[in-house]
Amino acid sequence: MELDPTETFRQEASDLLDSLEAALLDLGQTPQDSDLIDAAFRALHTIKGSGAMFGFDRVAAFTHDFETAFDLIRKGKISAEPDIITVSLAAKDYIRALIDDPDSTDPIIGEAIVEELQALIATGATGGTASPTCAALNEASAVTAADGAGWLIEIAFEPDILRNGTNPLVLLDDLRALGSCRVVAYLDAVPELGALDPETCMIAWTVELQGSCSREDIEDVFMFVRDEMKLGIAPLSLAGPVDAKRPTTVESEAVAVVVTATAAPVNELQPALTERATGERSESIRRSEDKTSTVRVQAERLDELMDRVGELVIAQARLSQLAHSGTDLAIKSIAEEIERLASGLRDSTMGVRMVPMGSLFGRFRRLVHDLSRDLGKPVDFVTVGEDTELDKTMIERLADPLVHLIRNAIDHGIEAPEARAGTTKSTTGRIELAARYVGAQVLVTVQDDGAGLDAARIRAKAEEQGLVAAGAPLSEHEIHQFLFHPGFSTARTISALSGRGVGMDVVKRTIEAMRGTIDLATVPGYGSTVTLRLPLTLAIIEGLLIRVGEGRYIIPLSAVEECVELTAADEARSRGRSFLSIRGDLVPFLRLRDLFEAEGEADPHQKVIITTMGDMRIGLVVDQIIGSHQTVIKSLSKLHADVTMFSGATILGDGSAALILDVAQLVSLGQVRAENSPASEAA
Amino acid sequence: MTQPIQQQGHGSRHILQSGESLQVLMIGLGSEIFAIETEMVREIIDPVPVTRVAGARTFLPALINVRGNVIPLADLRLRFGMPRQVATADTRIVVVEIEIGGDAVTFGLMADKVYEVTEISGKNNQPTPRLGLHWRPEFIRFISKWNDEFVIIPDLERILE
Repeated sequence: MELDPTETFRQEASDLLDSLEAALLDLGQTPQDSDLIDAAFRALHTIKGSGAMFGFDRVAAFTHDFETAFDLIRKGKISAEPDIITVSLAAKDYIRALIDDPDSTDPIIGEAIVEELQALIATGATGGTASPTCAALNEASAVTAADGAGWLIEIAFEPDILRNGTNPLVLLDDLRALGSCRVVAYLDAVPELGALDPETCMIAWTVELQGSCSREDIEDVFMFVRDEMKLGIAPLSLAGPVDAKRPTTVESEAVAVVVTATAAPVNELQPALTERATGERSESIRRSEDKTSTVRVQAERLDELMDRVGELVIAQARLSQLAHSGTDLAIKSIAEEIERLASGLRDSTMGVRMVPMGSLFGRFRRLVHDLSRDLGKPVDFVTVGEDTELDKTMIERLADPLVHLIRNAIDHGIEAPEARAGTTKSTTGRIELAARYVGAQVLVTVQDDGAGLDAARIRAKAEEQGLVAAGAPLSEHEIHQFLFHPGFSTARTISALSGRGVGMDVVKRTIEAMRGTIDLATVPGYGSTVTLRLPLTLAIIEGLLIRVGEGRYIIPLSAVEECVELTAADEARSRGRSFLSIRGDLVPFLRLRDLFEAEGEADPHQKVIITTMGDMRIGLVVDQIIGSHQTVIKSLSKLHADVTMFSGATILGDGSAALILDVAQLVSLGQVRAENSPASEAA
Repeated sequence: MTQPIQQQGHGSRHILQSGESLQVLMIGLGSEIFAIETEMVREIIDPVPVTRVAGARTFLPALINVRGNVIPLADLRLRFGMPRQVATADTRIVVVEIEIGGDAVTFGLMADKVYEVTEISGKNNQPTPRLGLHWRPEFIRFISKWNDEFVIIPDLERILE
């Protein structure tokens, strides 16, 4: 497949902008983190460079202005104040707009952003808002600049640097731009002409740079080749063996601040060595930041691969059956080998489609940042369980509902800081977005520490809208359900964000379309929690293969607590009341034979599988427990959307389809029956 | 791939004009002959083991595995009030893909017999009789004639809704 280079740039730029946004938001939390500043700067620089390469001139031009301003932050001249972060985020959005839709993007916006950024920087640099660390850093630079007549720079590139497209001469020119230079080239390593490879860099340089530039200025020149070179920087005045403890100490401290790796100042008399050590340290930090390498693949290709693997596994099962019915040992051993390979292939193929929730959570940090600023409500946004994995398509469909929920939490949940000041809570609100596995499901919760739901107000509104008769007895749970009613809103004022009453019903529909459920819990004065329970579509689940009548079914193993025999005594005792005593606890049970209208006689020794969902338990009576079975969940067809007892289907070893029980549905069905049965009073 | 499906989606209630013709697969269901547009037909397979789905609508009683995909099996006989029949040597499953509400939906269609692929032309259109049919008229797109026999062109989308 030919890839359009412009498209490649767009994709790359999109990734870079994402990492830029993440870095900016992190920087809002820890304004002094130089690694973050560097990460943001690198992203900007790469966008600028490749933007120009692919003809996105406006992107390159704007990014250049942005970068110039941002450079001041990087040099520690100003600190990353919240205002600067906000403008920087706007600038990032503008770059994205320029890339995605340059024609309808007005350059005036860009100019305004740059102006604002420059204005902020001007006040930041003179207004004394710079933090003590920055001041110290400035002082340190000042000392060096006043003290040192210049720098002695040792440069040795990796031999293959030329093949990577770096031109050392350009870098030397950049150094010359900082001050007058005396460049000495070391040609010792250069071989005879016959053995000379013109693409291999064998030359090393030392540069004596006269001028009042800072160490960072020099490091900047080599910013993009630092991983591929050895760089030694020593102040010229200190290069000699003589001289001054004082500037060295200050210098080392400054370096320690920039790298942030160690707090202890390095009292070394050999600055060149110190410099090498810190250089290596920052290099190792950069290495550890390196992400594992990835390949972009279209989702359809993965689906296709999955189908092929599914067919392979079934064909393999048939082969195994055939091999085991014969006597040929060679064929048997090959069949076993193929079985092992096929199941490994299936596992890894399924794993490929799973995406950690973190990729989704990252998007909301910006949302919270912007909302918190617009509404004047400071909010701490905490995410938990980023590595919980969910099928890619599920993740995508989950984005919109979560946006609604987080918006609601900030707009309606979290009170204004003045109101919070009157409580025991901190004036900064807290929103926690968490994901975790619970049984065969993924639980996603959005929790705020706001005022909680006002049941009386919801009820009043519901009565006003005619949804319920005045004074009708309603449980709190029932009252909360009104929030999911289309067009229902208790917000007194309609804001641009919420209060129009669209949202919660859409959220509920979307979640239910994914065969998930949504729950609300609230403690007045202490906040609300919205819980989404989602099935793991297409996930690998361990299942328990059971038989009911002639049919075979799968129960997700994670929902299974234990298996017991339904004794004749239980049977006799349970006449009329379907309860089982499990170590003293009464557990309701359902006869799957009745539920599935199975034909034929029940097995004499029926088994009960005790399943749990949340804090509820229920027994399922089956004819036979066949064994465990690793299962690919295939979602049911749209034509079977009305089927409630099953959450999906899978293919068994013999090629036939088996249904997967929806334990959550069965548990609630069992609870309803238990409540309606007279036995509950007896219990 | 998507194009023809979209056309079907729009044209499924369209009645053939006299100058037009339609390529169809003739299948037998009970005592009737149905014509399914070949554009919708993905493949024809021999009967495979079926998995009964408890709680599903009667005309969608089971699931089958077709090349690694689990798809519903539709039995239109039950939708048209015809008696259930045991499988014979002629029984086949026609795998059909149609568009319902914007999504492509694949399912298997039980056929007592599969005759042939042929063309029906608009000039053979027959008026849908008001009487004499014991099923709902909205399930029928139109009626045509083939080999001197009446054939029903069903509106699958409505039947399965």
